[in-house]
Amino acid sequence: MTPLTPSPSPTKRGGQPAYNVNIERRNRTGNVWRWVFRASTIVGIIALTALILNIMNSAFGYAALEAKVDPATLTVDGLPLEQQSKEQLVELLRSKLSKGAFNKLDNETSFEERSRANVLQVVNERIVRYEVVQVWTLWTSLTKADEIRAIAATEFPTAELKFISWLTTDFVTRPQSSEAITTGVRTAILGSLWTILFTILFAFPIGVGAAIYLEEYATDNWLNRAIRTNINNLAGVPSIVYGILGLAIFVRTLEPLTSGELFGMVDSTTANGRTVLAAGLTLGLLVLPIIIINAQEAIRAVPQSLRKASYGLGATKWQTIWSHVLPNAMPGILTGTILAISRAIGETAPLVVVGASTAISFDPESPFSKFTTLPIQIYQWTARPQAEFRSVAAATILVLLVMLLSLNASAVILRNRFSRKY
Amino acid sequence: MAIHGLKTKKLNLRRTPRPGETIVQGLLFLCGFFSIFTTLGIVYELGKEALLFFQMPEVNILQALTSAEWKPHVGKFGIWSLVTSTLMTTVIAMSIAIPLGLGVAIYLSEYAAPKTRSMLKPILEVLAGIPTIVYGYFALMFMTPLLRTIFGSDVVQIYNTASAGLVMGILILPLITSMTEDALGAVPRALREAAYGMGATKLEVALQIVLPAALSGIAAAIIIGISRAIGETMIVAVAAGAGPNFTFNPFEGAETVTGHIVRISGGDLAYDSIDYNSIFFLGLLLFVITLTLNIISQRIVRRFREVYE
Repeated sequence: MTPLTPSPSPTKRGGQPAYNVNIERRNRTGNVWRWVFRASTIVGIIALTALILNIMNSAFGYAALEAKVDPATLTVDGLPLEQQSKEQLVELLRSKLSKGAFNKLDNETSFEERSRANVLQVVNERIVRYEVVQVWTLWTSLTKADEIRAIAATEFPTAELKFISWLTTDFVTRPQSSEAITTGVRTAILGSLWTILFTILFAFPIGVGAAIYLEEYATDNWLNRAIRTNINNLAGVPSIVYGILGLAIFVRTLEPLTSGELFGMVDSTTANGRTVLAAGLTLGLLVLPIIIINAQEAIRAVPQSLRKASYGLGATKWQTIWSHVLPNAMPGILTGTILAISRAIGETAPLVVVGASTAISFDPESPFSKFTTLPIQIYQWTARPQAEFRSVAAATILVLLVMLLSLNASAVILRNRFSRKY
Repeated sequence: MAIHGLKTKKLNLRRTPRPGETIVQGLLFLCGFFSIFTTLGIVYELGKEALLFFQMPEVNILQALTSAEWKPHVGKFGIWSLVTSTLMTTVIAMSIAIPLGLGVAIYLSEYAAPKTRSMLKPILEVLAGIPTIVYGYFALMFMTPLLRTIFGSDVVQIYNTASAGLVMGILILPLITSMTEDALGAVPRALREAAYGMGATKLEVALQIVLPAALSGIAAAIIIGISRAIGETMIVAVAAGAGPNFTFNPFEGAETVTGHIVRISGGDLAYDSIDYNSIFFLGLLLFVITLTLNIISQRIVRRFREVYE
């Protein structure tokens, strides 16, 4: 027998043992791909940054404003508009506006109660009537301010060049109007809030109820399996289909209910069933699967020992659920609900189909009012060809994003504050 | 007497009937069953109106399913011009979202340090939480001008399917990423360690061990992404153009199924008009397609899932 010798060393190529023969190439490919993966992540971040910068870019910048009536012609005793007293401004309104228009303004809020700043604003809106003739983006405004001034001076000699932030507190509190410079989103914000209120009132109890049933009561039979599968499938239905369903059921079939006819509360301005209530219920259907799925997870996370302890003390099933399971699951359920609400606030397509009104300037006052919401306004203003409305849309997007951010932040806080580890 | 009373009241171990409990359970069951009503409502309402649509004298079912001309004002209802533009935007979106989504997911799950991960994940969540109308604005105000500078404004129209599709890809990216990352994360560590033990490089582990093991989850993610792209509305409504157009040129404007529904229902739609019925037909089409895709995705997950331990 030959003595045991170490097996012959693997053939070497290029000074490397055979099992390592390709190692350099393999490592090189590995490094290349690592960069590919990293690059795709960077692309995602760039996209988000571009999106935010793009919105900022339109929401601020120079605008050339032209006055329909030159303010210089409105001087009283040589005093320019800005220095006139409130009484002089009211007198100006009385002389320049028709009697009906003046009385209407007086009826909304009487001139005695209005502040001087407010009256000045009314004068600007109703008599001077500034109109935007051109807008520039923030980037051009910052880098080419001189060029803009030159263009404005040659092309719009009568116009006033102003650096405008389209997002102002006035913008948030003013009702909608047809002029870009005087319009606001108060109507849309209130519309969004009203709609969401009914979404919550409708979807929260049913959603949580369904989750309790599925987690605590449902046995494993075909019906309950069908319910589970169905909820998962509903979560994947495109939102526009919910809009069509809402149009058929809430707007048309249930018109007596959604228009307020049933309660004798028909809003004089209402277009049949296209109301806040119909919109809220439609969005409720839309977010129901999300609420159920999130609530199920929260209920599942409550440890069995809590239930067992409660039963051991003689509590009934519902007592156990009501006093122990629900309180412990509530932070999770609320977090899920807030996420569902932020989804509903951003929805546009179903509300367009249900029939949001785009041009209303009065606040919604009841469930049976016409409505518009923030996303609807963004859509409507973006669809207009004039550049100044794109700026208005950008400002509205900022309002919407701030609303969503604060909602999400509250969800995170809720989660961190109340989450318990068992 | 008191003792006597105690004696007669025997300890009753039978289940006490509690009507309150039963009522509560019944109510909760109704809540659970409500979702079935929703589905039935969708199928019934959409089906009913779609049938009415086909019964209208102007509409011919054969023509509707084969023709590419959708011109309601002259009574032509061929869905293909709408369907092809939906397919176009979907294909463009997926050609962005699949490679990028997989790349980001592999990076997050296999390469990124925990600290980087915890920084990147919220960014993706923010991307996923932005309303689609904002993406629509972005497509019109950023992507379209960008494409027009690159390819020339005589080639790229103001409204075009390319920019809508590209932005839709960004919208779907976080969805694919998070689902894929979940699938990759479910692959047990032991598989990776074994591959490293055999001398595999990190890339080989990621692409040849982890990715195949998570394939069912990834396939499900992609299908859900496609279904989302088909049903996506506001981006195409804002950026893809108004007016059906049978074209395969991504730089031309063309209206998708969803875009058409939104434009038609923008005004006050008269009940039982042909436009009113047509949106139900298109809605039913969308519902059937997306439902099929979702069911396929669930089947794939259930059927091909590798179960470890």
